[in-house]
Amino acid sequence: MKVSVIVFPGSNCDSDCWHVMRDVMKCDVSYVWHKDHDLKNPDLVILPGGFSYGDYLRCGAIARFSPVMKEVVEYARRDGNVLGICNGFQILLEAGLLPGAMLPNRSLKFVCKHVWLRTENTGSTFTNRLKNGQVLRIPIAHGEGNYTASPDTLKELQDQNRIVFRYSSESGQVADEFNPNGAAEHIAGIMNEKGNVLGMMPHPERASEDILGSDDGRAIWESLLSCHSRESGNPATFSHR
Amino acid sequence: MKTFNAKINVTLKKSVLDPQGKTILEALHSLGFQDASDVRAGKHFELTLNANNEIDAQNRVKEMCDKLLVNPVIEQYEISIS
Repeated sequence: MKVSVIVFPGSNCDSDCWHVMRDVMKCDVSYVWHKDHDLKNPDLVILPGGFSYGDYLRCGAIARFSPVMKEVVEYARRDGNVLGICNGFQILLEAGLLPGAMLPNRSLKFVCKHVWLRTENTGSTFTNRLKNGQVLRIPIAHGEGNYTASPDTLKELQDQNRIVFRYSSESGQVADEFNPNGAAEHIAGIMNEKGNVLGMMPHPERASEDILGSDDGRAIWESLLSCHSRESGNPATFSHR
Repeated sequence: MKTFNAKINVTLKKSVLDPQGKTILEALHSLGFQDASDVRAGKHFELTLNANNEIDAQNRVKEMCDKLLVNPVIEQYEISIS
């Protein structure tokens, strides 16, 4: 599987994504600088976390006008798989590839900790290796992850099964006390209508190796690899844990 | 072409909760300003631009707001040109 990691000025999870995709998942990975126009023909584009353009104006608001975003938007429209993590999710919202917006966390504090996520949709390219309701332990690190959208949009997301992850307890209970930022409907990740664009605040690339305390994030990469193998006619080659 | 000054006030829509405004209100209350309520935090931009007339300037700044300065999902804005 070919993966392109987009690098904006201020991205700081680009190396983590690159490392996990290359060294852990054995993919063919390239960096794409935000001023480039060639996505390098990938099977997956990752918009990594960080503080693109210093989070000036609004998180992701300036990055969405980076030259490469024109290609990313076209790639997504052609059904290419795009994963936005944290700041990458914020950029997808600003670019209009996903609906809604982010507000500052309810606590107004930057929250950096492991959280539990309940998987709400297991039919997607990103989650087909997960079980319905499966709970993942993945870290978050953000100041603005308080997802908001109009009541109509929230209903649409729910009705179309596009809420992919919700913040939960370890046992999968969804309640206010397990919501780290105040996000509407406890939303941690959503996808677009066609299911090829996923935005999520938690960082699966920081939870893909045992040594980092959790490798629950691997299930997302394995889902993508499994879809890719099916499409390319080759059996999936990743090892079982 | 004339030079105009534009002032733009951006606020969160009424329907959007404002965590910052809420915290500022709590601080005001703890300082004894019990008479304060409904604090909303916002943003303010000032810029100069060249345009043929005030209407053109107004339209141009509106374009800037719609394209970049304001996120219509959560924010609303007011422009004043002088």
